[in-house]
Amino acid sequence: MQALLSKISPAPLLLLLLLIAMPWLAQASGMEYYIGVLTRMLIFAMLASSLNFLLGYGGMVSFGHAVFFGIGAYVTAIAVFHGLTNAWLVWLLAAAASALAGLIIGAIALRTRAVYFIMITMALAQLFYYFFVGLRYYGGDDGLQMAQRPGIGFGLDIRGDNGFYWLVLSWLTATLLLLALLLRSRFGLALNAIRQNERRAEAVGYPSLRYKLAAFVMAAIIAGLAGSLIGMHNLFVSPKLLHWSQSGMLLVMVALGGVGYFYGGVLGAAVFLALEEVLSSHVEYWQIYVGVVLLAVVMLAPRGISSLLRMGKSSQSLEQGESHGA
Amino acid sequence: MGNLIFEQVLNSLQFGIMLFLIASGLTLIFGVMNFINLAHGSFFMIGAYLAAWIAGLSGSFWLGLLGALPLTALLGFLLEWLVLRRLYQKDHMVQVLATFALILICNDAVRMIWGPQPLPLNMPSAFSGPVLLFGLPYSSFRLLVMALGIVVALALYFLINRTRMGMWVRAGANNLEMVGAMGINIRLLFRLVFSLGLMLAALAGIMLGPMVAVQAGMGDDVLILAFVVVVIGGIGSVPGAAVGALVVGVVDTLGRGLLPTLLSLFLSADAAASVGPAIGSMMIYLVMIAVLFWRPSGLFPARS
Repeated sequence: MQALLSKISPAPLLLLLLLIAMPWLAQASGMEYYIGVLTRMLIFAMLASSLNFLLGYGGMVSFGHAVFFGIGAYVTAIAVFHGLTNAWLVWLLAAAASALAGLIIGAIALRTRAVYFIMITMALAQLFYYFFVGLRYYGGDDGLQMAQRPGIGFGLDIRGDNGFYWLVLSWLTATLLLLALLLRSRFGLALNAIRQNERRAEAVGYPSLRYKLAAFVMAAIIAGLAGSLIGMHNLFVSPKLLHWSQSGMLLVMVALGGVGYFYGGVLGAAVFLALEEVLSSHVEYWQIYVGVVLLAVVMLAPRGISSLLRMGKSSQSLEQGESHGA
Repeated sequence: MGNLIFEQVLNSLQFGIMLFLIASGLTLIFGVMNFINLAHGSFFMIGAYLAAWIAGLSGSFWLGLLGALPLTALLGFLLEWLVLRRLYQKDHMVQVLATFALILICNDAVRMIWGPQPLPLNMPSAFSGPVLLFGLPYSSFRLLVMALGIVVALALYFLINRTRMGMWVRAGANNLEMVGAMGINIRLLFRLVFSLGLMLAALAGIMLGPMVAVQAGMGDDVLILAFVVVVIGGIGSVPGAAVGALVVGVVDTLGRGLLPTLLSLFLSADAAASVGPAIGSMMIYLVMIAVLFWRPSGLFPARS
């Protein structure tokens, strides 16, 4: 931990301090509205970071990652629907449900590779999408409202916008610390080795399937917790959260930010949602512009914004000359 | 009940045949170019839009059909030349992202050009009524769609198995480098396969247009179904796509159409009506999981 802390450069810490101070700054400048926008950004930063972990470090191009986001959100809304008011219990349930889903989807999808993996994660996510559409008791197609946000105790209030914002910021920080530790651990190094050359890693004695499945489940849990937070933020969940186009948008975020850069997911989510916020308030059809920006990034800077900003090393830069493919 | 089953079985076959038109192009493009094209569904949509537009101007469905096909092929040709040919050498993730961007662009572009409301596309008047089939009434337009689909499928079979281009395509799906080394112009082959695949998708969009709403995003869910077909059949295999399309068409249509009725035998009518369609929609994915469990590279893997 000590070694890890000493490796953190001052920029992210300064940014963290700024983010902590944000609610007061917003209040002072009369821009309280943007705390909600920022909260959304932080939740998606957490979600995109989990996909970046899967994609950039685990080498698994999952086109169904939103499924765990949706499951976490739904478990939260359903738990609240049945009168659960303890957020910690809700998160435990959300993490357990997304871990289970991750285990099932991962076990099926990891039997395949490359293009098959992309398409199967997409199709399995659609399976869950239709499952939630069919849950008529919990709103089906129309989604489910939440009467109230569960509490976290300790005398802390997360019902208000600012309190919830700080809660989400803590979750994101915790996630990033965990991911940083994980990537430096034996497990993270093995995962990296498997991505770069699976056959070689197998030969050295790493059971690659088990490692990849474990990474898949971890990413699923983080995504599920982010889903729980988006449910609590919106006080509403609907099957749209896990539609395949949502999974596509997540991939877009990670690609925009920079696959395999530690802050790629965070940066991508922030840029994407800022783009959406600005465009959707100025033009009617904003997705076409997102499409054009994405196409430009993919064609001109395929390593994302992080590579343009030269933000540290990407996991991908370690494998120059290695063969590509999922 | 008998009438319902009869109609649903024919509908499922008709849907399966249309799915084959979409999936065969997708699987050929995968197989030959190793290129994952998410924008395939967008050409399903663009074909339908162009046909509805021309049919609206001229008052004739047939003019719409005949006009939309070459226009779609032209658009596909331009797109291939401007964007896609730069992606063949990139990894799948980049292909997915770039073609996902194209979906976003296409969906909003049709909304900007033709407005957010669905466009009307009417069946040709000669085929708007029912015909009697084995003494039971059935939509003549759906029969026409089936017949056309079968003719195109046979033509495709002939093209792939009996012509020189088909030989290149089969060889290309097997070992592209070797095909290039034998002196075949791979760029030209790519462009031909690509235009052909997009025209097939557009044809399916035009023929399904009068039965579903011609609107932005109509290709998105079809794309996923086509993926399921390709995965079940085996990437790159046209016969696999045919089998997969029929399986998906039948399971999907019968699942949605008959399951609520079947379930109402066991459950209350209300529960059956609410659960039935959802389970019906989930059926094809369960079938896909089952197939992959035993055959991880599909029923007819094209590459060994």
